[in-house]
Amino acid sequence: MASLISCPHCGIRPKEEYAIKGAALPRPAPDAPRSVWFDHVFLRDNPRGPYEEYWHHAGGCRRWLIVTRDTATHEVLACRDAGAEPAVTA
Amino acid sequence: MSSYRLSAGGLIDRATSLSFTFDGRDYAGHDGDTLASALLANGRRLVGRSFKYHRPRGIVAAGSAEPNALVTIGRGGRTEPNTRATMQELYAGLEARSQNRWPSLDFDLGSLNGLFSPFLGAGFYYKTFMWPGALWEKLYEPLIRRAAGLGQATREADPDRYEKTWAHCDLLVVGSGPAGLTAALTAGRAGLRVILADEQFAFGGSLLSESARIDGMAAPDYAARCVEELRSLPSVRLLSRTTVIGWYDSNVFGAVERAQKHVAMPKGHRPLERFWRIAAKHALLATGAEERPLLFGGNDIPGVMLAGAMRSYLNRYGVAPGRRVAIATTNDSGYALARDLERAGVDLVAIIDSRTQPTISYHGRARVMSGARVTDARGGKSLSGLTVAVGGRSETLAVDALAMAGGFSPIIHLACHRGGKPVWAEEKHAFLAPQDLDGVTLAGSVTGAAGIAACLADGAAQARTVAAALGKKAAHIRADVEDDVVAAPQPPLFSLSGVKGKAFVDFQNDVHVADLGLAVREGFGHVELAKRYTTTGMATDQGKLSNANAISLLAQAHGVSPAEVGTTTFRPFYTPVSFGALTGAARGKHFQPVRKSPLHEWAAKNGAVFVEAGLWYRSSWFPRTGETGWRESVDREVLTVRAAAGLCDVSTLGKIEISGRDAATFLDRVYCNGFAKLPVGKARYGLMLREDGMIYDDGTTSRLSENRYFMTTTTAYAAGVMSHLEFCAQVLWPDLDVQMASVTDQWAQLAIAGPQSRAILQKIVDEELSEEAFGFLAAREVSLFGGRLNGLLFRISFSGELAYELAVPAGYGESVADALMAVGEAHGICAYGVEALNVLRIEKGFVTHSEINGTVTPADIGLGRMVSRTKTDFIGKAMLAREGLSDPVRLKLVGVMPLDPAASFQPGSHILREGEEATLENDQGYATSAGYSPHLKSTIGLALVVGGAERHGEQVMIWNNLRQQYTPGRICDPVFLSAAKGGQGA
Repeated sequence: MASLISCPHCGIRPKEEYAIKGAALPRPAPDAPRSVWFDHVFLRDNPRGPYEEYWHHAGGCRRWLIVTRDTATHEVLACRDAGAEPAVTA
Repeated sequence: MSSYRLSAGGLIDRATSLSFTFDGRDYAGHDGDTLASALLANGRRLVGRSFKYHRPRGIVAAGSAEPNALVTIGRGGRTEPNTRATMQELYAGLEARSQNRWPSLDFDLGSLNGLFSPFLGAGFYYKTFMWPGALWEKLYEPLIRRAAGLGQATREADPDRYEKTWAHCDLLVVGSGPAGLTAALTAGRAGLRVILADEQFAFGGSLLSESARIDGMAAPDYAARCVEELRSLPSVRLLSRTTVIGWYDSNVFGAVERAQKHVAMPKGHRPLERFWRIAAKHALLATGAEERPLLFGGNDIPGVMLAGAMRSYLNRYGVAPGRRVAIATTNDSGYALARDLERAGVDLVAIIDSRTQPTISYHGRARVMSGARVTDARGGKSLSGLTVAVGGRSETLAVDALAMAGGFSPIIHLACHRGGKPVWAEEKHAFLAPQDLDGVTLAGSVTGAAGIAACLADGAAQARTVAAALGKKAAHIRADVEDDVVAAPQPPLFSLSGVKGKAFVDFQNDVHVADLGLAVREGFGHVELAKRYTTTGMATDQGKLSNANAISLLAQAHGVSPAEVGTTTFRPFYTPVSFGALTGAARGKHFQPVRKSPLHEWAAKNGAVFVEAGLWYRSSWFPRTGETGWRESVDREVLTVRAAAGLCDVSTLGKIEISGRDAATFLDRVYCNGFAKLPVGKARYGLMLREDGMIYDDGTTSRLSENRYFMTTTTAYAAGVMSHLEFCAQVLWPDLDVQMASVTDQWAQLAIAGPQSRAILQKIVDEELSEEAFGFLAAREVSLFGGRLNGLLFRISFSGELAYELAVPAGYGESVADALMAVGEAHGICAYGVEALNVLRIEKGFVTHSEINGTVTPADIGLGRMVSRTKTDFIGKAMLAREGLSDPVRLKLVGVMPLDPAASFQPGSHILREGEEATLENDQGYATSAGYSPHLKSTIGLALVVGGAERHGEQVMIWNNLRQQYTPGRICDPVFLSAAKGGQGA
């Protein structure tokens, strides 16, 4: 786990200010097939390497972010605001 | 014969005299001494007993690697066991005690263990305490616990303060020896923000023990000059007594500063220790090298020490190691000590050099024995002689001190803390740090460099490279060194032929050569297995002195190179860290923040008993004079609310203001029931689901104006709901125009419940509160006290009675509560707490998180009809349609009562069919809440039970396994008091 996370709004801040929700997966459309919803709610990949997650800068700007981290090296590769892109599949 | 203080020399202040005690005896030392150097200066050699065999042990090192000289310092709450005497600065009044001995250090009955040593070898515990199993708890475990460990921690509270802090720098330099000093100077002069940390109390590292001259001055003076300049540079911070204990991700280093461990009475306004987290753009590790002990019988006898340590005691502390000294060496470094001993006038008897052709020219008086090695040392509590194998024969030497110069192992721990594996360098005969570490450079003897000149140059050169990478140009530093002894690395010495006594590999764990051989023979030869099987490299020193020799022995046993054996994993911390330092200020009442409601003082002066609920202190009940127990108070409060009126502090509920053009749409999507059509001025109860269809939280949301809403959440989920709503707004539906702010702390919220609540409120509320004007679920801003204050009034009820919640700005909470109590007195109002609140809501079958515990859907608690069938989307809609969630065997909300009204049961008790055995298969569900209803004069409870409402009336067994309690009961409707008296429920 990285000790410091660079928030796009607040700069480099200690990891204790953030809370992690989990994999950054787009929410299926309300009428998406049942199997898509099951996958979304219950199935997670466990990749070795880069992985995108929703992190909340709860002790800072309170924006939700997408943090890309390497699950093998713990390196944080990118951190961007989650609101900038659609998180709901059409 | 023993060690003694020389008449001159050393970096000690001989004008001072610091008195201290060791095992109750008085001694004295000087400013600049460590406890170890002061003990040696006083001729005190025996300082501890070994872990397993209770062998007499003395000081073997001069720094943080010391495995033997572990003592207990201080008394009372300041007692600190396992303090390394070599790291403890001397101060006047220091009290030290030896450990692991009984009845005394000089006469220790535990040393009888040595006689049983053939049975105490590697894997002793695993082999001995296997059977019979029944003896484990009663005999073996207590026995092992008694024998395990060295010092004993105090049971008293630690009276001192600790703190944590962050620091940021361009370059962190770890270690202030020759490489660290020139690195810090180079970077500091170039204007970089530098932190130089050193675990010792004085900066200079090995230079403080060095007799070579640099730029025409004594090495310690050169170090002092460097430090003086560093102190003058504004961008440089010097941290002495600070051990960098770990390298973490993002180039953050952990460090512990022993801010006041060197004083008798720490000043209360300063911390005893300070835990640093240092975020460094780059770090330069100048951590030096550890000398390796030699393996021969009795290499642990007091009087045998590392050559570098002996040189430190001699040069830095002015302490002679003995009257007749020998040096056993595998390389040229031993000759630097020889030169210094002879200069100090100490009788050097012999240099026992393992090489047949020493490469250094030696002009001293001592006899040089080439191609020789020590096979055994003699002596009990103090060294008396040696047996030396030389030229195919054996010779004895009468000496009282022996230096071991077994070569060096670079201190690469920090460089390996993030998973990098050490690399064996054959030409250096040592493990080095992995190459190309990101954010970290190594300089000096930690890279295998030898000699002061090389280290000075390397530190400066590496710092120049770092400065260039950070965009700064740094000047060269050059220094001329005289009398530099450059010891070329030599292979470790591993012939053990002719050795008779125990040759210790790990002093602290009493692991000797034969133990490692046994581990290999018994199949535990892998380096990680051997560590666990023999305990080599464990405990407080983590193998700083032993690992190199252990790995070489394993390599020899397997007939391979140490490269193939590898090392065990280096993990933080480099040296032991106190719990105090890790805890910092977070203990006692500062363990976590305390949240007090704006009505806390009101509750306190009304006699409230408080209960901790998360961070909150909530008023639990309000005892009155004459009441003998909590139940009596709670019963009165419950009866008063239903008969007259009660006032309860509900300020801890989460409160969120939501606004924006699309706020209605937003609420429609986060609640499973409809909110879009909620009229202005009305409140509505809502259920929030998780995406899996289970209930997440409940509460009311009121529409204060067209696009402005006031949401309440449960106390426990206030922060979670806020985060969840922000996620929905920012991530799921960023196109919606909706904003939200937590206003939990801005409002004091008072519940006024009971048939008299309207009459009481009307006395302070300016607006008409009649049923017509302010009906059920009305929610509006109101004016109070003739226009002096505005508040928010909600006609909602959690008791089933006519009830209101009034929110006023937090600062007015106490006076408004006072006013309500005053005007309510004539109406019989009482203050009530969360215990009564709980009984009132159970009587009405209202749920809390005891019921909505993450496993229930709206239908499970009888609220299935609340779920909107018309909305196209809300959180949880898709998964709520899973067929499994409409399975009739799901647990559903019911009420439960004991058959005997005098009986009671606890939440968590399981429900069984009458007459059935208490098994998992027979489990019918469990009680979620329970309380005593003074109206029904019986304990009542809510439960989640298979089948739910179908089973109303069924007799069951309420079973509590923890208390082995069986209570016959009956399942019933969860609404115990059906007819609301004088009002409407929500």
